[in-house]
Order: sequence, then C-alpha cells, then structure tokens
Amino acid sequence: MTAQDPDRQVHASLSGVTRVYPGAAGHQPVHALGPVDLDLRRGEFFAVVGPSGCGKSTLLEVLAGLQPATAGTVTFEGRPVTGEVPDGIGVVFQEDASFPWLTVWDNTAFGLRRNGLPDTEVRRRVDDALAFMGLKDFARAYPAQLSGGMRQRVCIARTLVLQPRLILLDEPFGALDAQTRLLMGDEVLRLWRRTGATVLLITHALDEAAMLSDRVGAMSARPGRFLDIVETGWPRERDSTIVGEARFGEITGRLWDNLRGESMKSLGYAGMAAE
Amino acid sequence: MSRVGLLRLVVIAIAVGLLELACRTGLIDHRVVIPPSEMADALVRLLISGEANDQIARTFGIVLAAVLIAVVLGFAFGVVIHALPRLRQALEPFFATYYAVPIFIFYPVMIAIFGLSVVPILLMGVATAIVAMIIATLNGLDRIPRVLGKVARVHRMGALSTALLLKLPAAAPHLFTGVKLAVSYGFIAVIASEFILAPAGLGRVISDAYSDFNNPRMYALMLLLVVVATVVNMLLHVFDQRWAERRGIGKP
Repeated sequence: MTAQDPDRQVHASLSGVTRVYPGAAGHQPVHALGPVDLDLRRGEFFAVVGPSGCGKSTLLEVLAGLQPATAGTVTFEGRPVTGEVPDGIGVVFQEDASFPWLTVWDNTAFGLRRNGLPDTEVRRRVDDALAFMGLKDFARAYPAQLSGGMRQRVCIARTLVLQPRLILLDEPFGALDAQTRLLMGDEVLRLWRRTGATVLLITHALDEAAMLSDRVGAMSARPGRFLDIVETGWPRERDSTIVGEARFGEITGRLWDNLRGESMKSLGYAGMAAE
Repeated sequence: MSRVGLLRLVVIAIAVGLLELACRTGLIDHRVVIPPSEMADALVRLLISGEANDQIARTFGIVLAAVLIAVVLGFAFGVVIHALPRLRQALEPFFATYYAVPIFIFYPVMIAIFGLSVVPILLMGVATAIVAMIIATLNGLDRIPRVLGKVARVHRMGALSTALLLKLPAAAPHLFTGVKLAVSYGFIAVIASEFILAPAGLGRVISDAYSDFNNPRMYALMLLLVVVATVVNMLLHVFDQRWAERRGIGKP
C-alpha cells in the first residue's frame, strides 16, 4: 500500500473536536483547540505543525484519551475515546519519560511486565526492540548514562514493544540538536515501515514534518484549527536524504506560507501578519 | 580503596596520632582527656565485660524506633500535606523555622506528662527527626516529573500502582535524604535527652561517668557513639552516592 492509496480505512478520527480549558480563579476560560476535523488513515504518517501554543499537544492528548474533548467526538478503530487511553495507542512525549531507576532493558520491559506477558515473550520483544533501536549494547545502562537522543529511543522502544497500532509522537525530538533530529527521523521512518502502525507526529519543525510524513496538517494560532493539509507524495521507502529534493522545498514553502501569519499572530505581531 | 578514601584515612590517622601524642607528652592533661589508645582499650574491656550492654541496646533501640516512627509518620504527613496545598501554605512557615527553635525546651514538659521513662526520649527523637522527613517528602513529591503521570495513564495504571511503581521511585532520592537526616537528628535527640535527664541509656551513663571523674568509661562510651554514628552515616552516604551516580545525580 502506498502513501497515496485512496481507499484507506479511517483508523482514528476527530469530528468537531474543541477543547476549552476552564479559567483559573479570576481568569477567562482558554479556548485551546478547534473545532477540528481529522481522519487519520490506517498506516499513514501524519504530522501536525503550527505556531507555539496553537493546541498541537492538546490535539494529541485529546486523541490519546489523556484529555477530554469539550465538544465533538474522537474515535479510534471505530470506538469512541472517552477518559482512558485505548488499548493499541502508544504515546511518546517530548519530555524525557524514561525511568531513571530502571536499566534500559527494564525500562523497555515495563509495559510488557505490567500486562503480564510470559518472561520468554518479554525477553524476545525487548531484545528485538533494543536491537531495532540500536540500544542492544546499552541494555544494562541506566538512562542517566545515555545521551538525550538515546533516552528518547528508550521511550520509543518502550512504546514499540507494546505493538501499538496508533503511535502518537508529541515533539519527541524537540530537545535534540538538528543533526540528531534528522537521524532520529530516519529511525522513526524505519519503525513506521516495520510496524505498519499509523503515526501522528506533533512537531514545530517544518522540515521534520515535510520529511517524515505522508500528510502534514498546518494549524492556525490558538484556538488551533487546520488551515491546510498537504499531501507530500513521498514513497513509503524514504529517508532523510529527501531533504535535498526540490519537492521538499516546495512542501516546506507551502507550509511556511500557511504558518507565517499564524506564527506572527501567536507572537503578537497582528499588524505585520495582515500585511 | 580510592585515593580520596585513602587520604580520608590518613587525615583521621594523623588527627588521632596527634591527640595520642599530645596526651602522652602531657600537652593535654591526662585528667582531662585520655589518649585515644586508652579510650579504645577501655571500650574493648567494657564491651567484653558486658556491663554496659543493656544501656547500649536500650539507647540504640530507642534511636532505631524514633527514626522508624519519624520516617513512616513524616512520609505519611508529607503525602497528606502535599495533597492539600492550602494546608501546606499554612504549615510551610513552621517547617522553615522549626529547626531554629531549640525543641529541647519541651523535654521537661514531656517528662512532666509521660514521666521519667523511655517515652519522652522517644518523643524527642521523633519530634526532632520528623520535620526533616516531612520536608524531604514534600521536596520529593514536588520533583516527580509530570510526564510520569501521563505515562501511567498511557499504561492504564491505577492510582496505587502509579504511586508504587512510578511516583515513589521517582521521589526516592529525596526521601532517602530525609531518612539520612532523620537518622542524624534521631541520634542527637536521643543521646542528648538521656544526657539531660533519664533513668538509663548511654547518655545517662556518660553523664554519670563524667560526674564520677571516670574518664576511661566516659571516653569509651563517647568513642562508641562516635564510631557507631559515623559508620551508620557513612554507610548511608555510600549507598546514597552509588545510587545517585547510577541515576546521574551525583559525581560522574
């Protein structure tokens, strides 16, 4: 199946979803998101870009079931998502979420042990995930002994072993340097191809979104709504070398056209954005 | 042994050697301080004779009980106070100034209430140690990364398993700091209370030996307390250091 396959099933969807945070004492409620409509196709790689504070992470958390939608419906594999993260969804966060008191191996095995899988199966899946993520030689290391990029790979491995069908990545490379981010992008593409999972990536980096995704959704300043959804048209077998292609420049250019004004709005340059 | 460890031993050996020399040459009056070798000799004789064993067991038993109670209650209070921000706001000034108040002034009150027994000493130990544990618990709970709560929800963990498997280990280094302080404060409070007024215990025996000019006995028991307190604290320190290094908190 290619990225442009037209008859893909809807894997997860948001329909008329809004999220309004109740105001703290003496403050107005904050309308963070929506209304947003989005159908994620089974097996696609979808990225969301937008200005800071536009509700990208809120969108991810609503889709994951980590936050309730104020209005609208969220479904995953045809079932409504309400109040609990459904089985089959894995989330990797921007913050370092590795457990510093556990080794890399034990970090990765955490969810499998919680699910009560037999030891042999745990060992098989963890060893496999660590080999896949290039962490095999660090299985006995503690997260503090690893770089930021490697710690994030531990978190990805911990998600990967649970064999999620929908992987939500909330700016997982936000804290990494540009070169490491490109290489991590290749890792995520490998992971996506191997698992066949649907991936939703939240990022503020246009190049990252353009390189990794089948489709990129550009969001407006708060309250975040989709201004444009760009089909990248990349083949499934791709890696970071596509950043040198002309098409890559076209995609990032189109995304920036959408986002320039919105980013200025979010920074308070309303007048300049209108020009 | 590391070079730092070796240097540490050399410093101790030099200090002990100088004291020995000062005592032996009469620079320090033998009636005031006896040489360290005599202290050690007196301690060995005292331990072999067994005549102070009951007092030793009693004092260390009270210290252990006081520390355990302070750690358990301090942790429990810390968790409750952390869950009630307004209560915390109200109590925080008291925590901040707690160790500025010489709480030994309350010891006579406790004796008046509970009599001259183990109870007031135990209460002094607990009262001195518990606030350190409460403060350490609050610090530990404050520093649990918020993302762990999200990770727990992704793994569909309940409140208890989240607390035991994620929050407690995340807060553990700070909790251990509270335990270390509780041990130190517990030791100080129990020995000092016994020294001031108690029917028995090492503090009382040291006080009696002082009154009787029984220097060998007094210095032998002082040496015992110094050695035990130092060894316990060093063991806790070594454990803490290794743990912290593994978690990337301490020295590289």
